[in-house]
Amino acid sequence: MNVDFPLVFLFLSAYSAILMLVAALRGVLGPTLPDRVVSLDTINTLVVATMVTLAVAFKQIIYVDIAIVYALLSFITTLYIAKYMEMKMGVGK
Amino acid sequence: MIEPLILACVAISMIFNTLGVIGLHRFPDVYTRLHAATKCTTFGSIFATIAVAAYGFGQWYYGNAAYGNMTAHAIFALLALLITNPTGAHAIARAAHLSGISPKRAVVDILEEDRKKTGSKKREEAKGVES
Repeated sequence: MNVDFPLVFLFLSAYSAILMLVAALRGVLGPTLPDRVVSLDTINTLVVATMVTLAVAFKQIIYVDIAIVYALLSFITTLYIAKYMEMKMGVGK
Repeated sequence: MIEPLILACVAISMIFNTLGVIGLHRFPDVYTRLHAATKCTTFGSIFATIAVAAYGFGQWYYGNAAYGNMTAHAIFALLALLITNPTGAHAIARAAHLSGISPKRAVVDILEEDRKKTGSKKREEAKGVES
């Protein structure tokens, strides 16, 4: 079995990029603020997956480390936006 | 030997990411969208990471020593995804409920009633402490 794996992973990351665009459409359309945040969260997860697969596609191991840092930073961003939603519209006055 | 495993992981990752994004568009309100998007996308991304780890392991096994690093780091990325993603989804759902968005076609919202009761009690206690 002779598969060109960098090409397969490049195809996977291109496909994830298309999915990111489709998920961003929900962020544009989304009627409420939490809808947009859900769209952002989905895009963040897809970005992590894309970076990890691009590491194989371009044969650069450092991309995986960047994906780890991106995952942790996007987690903090999500938590902060959730806190902001609670403060802005919530009952915690 | 390891190549069919990698291809299967890539296929599972593509299928579940697609399902998650479709669910993000087809479900009626925030909570169901969150459910579809978070669960499916986390599962798909984990399988993409497993595919990368398996590829790195295969290269390392056939004598390409630099790829051992890739496997270890991919496993760390998997752990980061596995811990942070459900926590973020929970925070979003909690904030959405606190900001007053009720699920579509919901008949009863016991959490809201419960929160009103305990919240008013807590507010009174806080006032008592202040005065």
